Amino acid sequence: MKIGVLAVQGDFEAHGRALERLGAVAVYVRVPADLDGLDGLVIPGGESTTMLKFLENEGLFGAISNFAARRPLLGTCAGAILMATVVCRPAQRSLELMDIAIERNAYGRQVDSRIATLSPSSEFAERTAAGPLEAVFIRAPIIRRVGARARVLLEYHGDPVLVEQGPHLAVTFHPELTTDARVHGLFLEKASAK
Amino acid sequence: MYLDDGFRLKAGLAEMLKGGVIMDVTNAEQAEIAERAGACAVMALERVPADIRKEGGVARMAAIAKIREIQKRVSIPVMAKARIGHFMEARILEALKVDYIDESEVLTPADEEHHIDKRPFTVPFVCGARNLGEALRRIAEGAALIRTKGEAGSGNIVEAVRHMRTIQREMKQLTVLGKEELVAESKKLQAPLELVEYVAEHGKLPVPNFSAGGIATPADAALVMQLGAEAVFVGSGIFKSEDPDRRARAIVKAATHYNDAQKLLEASEELGEAMRGLDVAKLEPSELLQTRGW
Repeated sequence: MKIGVLAVQGDFEAHGRALERLGAVAVYVRVPADLDGLDGLVIPGGESTTMLKFLENEGLFGAISNFAARRPLLGTCAGAILMATVVCRPAQRSLELMDIAIERNAYGRQVDSRIATLSPSSEFAERTAAGPLEAVFIRAPIIRRVGARARVLLEYHGDPVLVEQGPHLAVTFHPELTTDARVHGLFLEKASAK
Repeated sequence: MYLDDGFRLKAGLAEMLKGGVIMDVTNAEQAEIAERAGACAVMALERVPADIRKEGGVARMAAIAKIREIQKRVSIPVMAKARIGHFMEARILEALKVDYIDESEVLTPADEEHHIDKRPFTVPFVCGARNLGEALRRIAEGAALIRTKGEAGSGNIVEAVRHMRTIQREMKQLTVLGKEELVAESKKLQAPLELVEYVAEHGKLPVPNFSAGGIATPADAALVMQLGAEAVFVGSGIFKSEDPDRRARAIVKAATHYNDAQKLLEASEELGEAMRGLDVAKLEPSELLQTRGW
């Protein structure tokens, strides 16, 4: 399976390693043509403002929108922000793939970043594996509203942190910075569906 | 010992900055220009290195009001510089909740023997290095991100290239040595054995490695990325150039497309004048910033 990782800025290499540990081939995407023939695309953590500039200026915004109509996307942190329908504090444009409202840097600045242990919902455990899940939050956003079309798969302190909508997944923490492969595994399952 | 949860968070933010450009800014307007151009973070300081060089005097941590103003204006991470060894400037910056502290040779050192013990801090630190020993000593003290020093405020890439090549070469050399040879290397490098062994096994530092000090053009940024930098700091190069806005955008583009000559050509076109720059070889030893830090 060939999975693209948007590589304009951020921790794209950590995603590449996580995907390769699961046997997928990681392809770094920097121009629209790089999307050809991919089974799915990961938008990594990083700065969403920086990535948005690139998407808008280099023809990637439309190309990824079109790609998302055909194949699954996984967005982590900045990636989740780019996939949300509504982005606030400050408001910015997004791909509008997930029926969620998301607030940027909602926990505060870097000193408020944290590593938490999540207790997966029974659905998440059934579809992946049971057991606590380590979640690394770095200047993370908070999902403030989940619309009817999206479903919450994981929560932290009552806030949704992993949301599914059709083929897509948006997550506010960084599964790529841990050795727990369940979130990437779930995504690869979706990407393997033809 | 180096990779506890606190440290993983510190190095984690550095991961998020990879492939990006961190720009020196001296006020909120410049910070806004940097953010609009696609900077992944800004470094708040009183004067850019080129002006520190020209004006002289003691260079200290930036005024708090200025850093606050910048924090209010942009949503990207805001870094600030503390003097080498000045752990109380660092404590103040931490209380201000800056996202990263640069213990920087660009400011006048406060301690000529000791760097800050960075481990007890919650805020992450970035430190400069000219060679592997220096990089590993800073990591041992708790730095979660290394940048090559280059020669700040010179607009001349030669020192950044020298330092990046040196660190890469010294890392490669370690990967072919036997266990017992690493003990001797640790002594030579004046760095903890544990870290020397990590580099020997992985061929890279346990934290991200960025480049700084003399980057003035998109081509400069691409060059240091080719040599192994994972992101770049640009100081005087942007706001000392003729058209900062356009140059900032061009350098951001170059940091992503450092492997794509066609994109680099586009980034290099219609740029206006770069900063004038200095011949580092003609500087007096006392004028060098890179020799600060031990």
